[in-house]
Amino acid sequence: MSRRPYVREVPPTAWYFRHPRYLRYMAREVTSIFVGAYCVLLTVGVLRLAQGQASYEAFLQALQSPASIVFQLLAFAAASYHAVTWFTATQKAMPLQLGDEFVPGGWIAGAHFVGWGLLSAAILYFAGVF
Amino acid sequence: MKERTVQLEVLRYNPDTDSEPHFQRYEVVCQDEWVVLDALNEVKETLDPTLNYRWSCHMAVCGSCGMMINGEPKLACHTFLRDYPGVIRVEPLAHFPIERDLVTTPDDFMEKLKRVKPYLIPKKPKPLEAGEYRQTPAQLTKFRQYSMCINCMLCYAACPEYGLSPHFIGPAAITLAHRYNQDSRDGGRDERQEVIATQEGVWECTFVGACSEVCPGHVDPASALQQVKILSCFDWIGEHLLPGGKK
Repeated sequence: MSRRPYVREVPPTAWYFRHPRYLRYMAREVTSIFVGAYCVLLTVGVLRLAQGQASYEAFLQALQSPASIVFQLLAFAAASYHAVTWFTATQKAMPLQLGDEFVPGGWIAGAHFVGWGLLSAAILYFAGVF
Repeated sequence: MKERTVQLEVLRYNPDTDSEPHFQRYEVVCQDEWVVLDALNEVKETLDPTLNYRWSCHMAVCGSCGMMINGEPKLACHTFLRDYPGVIRVEPLAHFPIERDLVTTPDDFMEKLKRVKPYLIPKKPKPLEAGEYRQTPAQLTKFRQYSMCINCMLCYAACPEYGLSPHFIGPAAITLAHRYNQDSRDGGRDERQEVIATQEGVWECTFVGACSEVCPGHVDPASALQQVKILSCFDWIGEHLLPGGKK
């Protein structure tokens, strides 16, 4: 009898097809690309604004192109998924203990969702949407 | 009592004769209330005495019988056959070397467990005659959940980070470090932070969350690791950005 442990290699990519939880994780990570790209878009907007009115209006015009609208819809969906997954995770990262008991996790995640909703409403208000 | 014939597909590996593992199928007559471990015991007793696997308590306490059941890390004593209508594929825990059949080599985990010093390190030595350490229910609540770990290593088998980067200290060991760091009787946090607040420690974790989903003790290692990250950030801010920091 001899020891000869057999090591199974983990495939560098295919592992996330093994279970839906890994695909959900990868989906959450991929949404970061859209969130990052939208940040770049906002930065370009600020630069155009600094360059003057004509430049900024051309930027606004470009935002209304079909390709831009498709990108913005995708970015919105991705950012929403990203936000939901992270706000749901806050109950794990930031548990709150009051006395002998922990506050239910749903309250912590819920408080983040309420904050998200209030801030979004405030931004839309100042943007003149309502 | 209801009986049915269950097909088990078990990964076999004999280091003396096999160059690589292979599957072997067994047909076992099982009772409806049996768990996978009962079926393996039936195989060993009646069909194939050469089959190797670890088990001890048969009640999800000892953490010995962790294995992959249809690709999912499970305790074989805690997994009912009736929940699996088709062929049940049984493999050794993923991400650990296979010693023989379903027996894996836990040396890497044991070494990491040792490194995080999972025991009380008193703030200052206290003689026995000074009496016991007292703790309020609130102080116990703070870490109790994390003390439920049975070292079954299912979280390591579920963690893709550990599979891809084996130097990662991993969910259970970091959770146990956090458990002692949160204990009001303990003064060893600085020593443990040297090990866990590092690249191969908590910063290797990307919060997949699989560890918590498979944990049979509902320990929720993912929460412990995220809390260690936040507390480590506070340490860094205190040391580097606030006046009077250590560095």
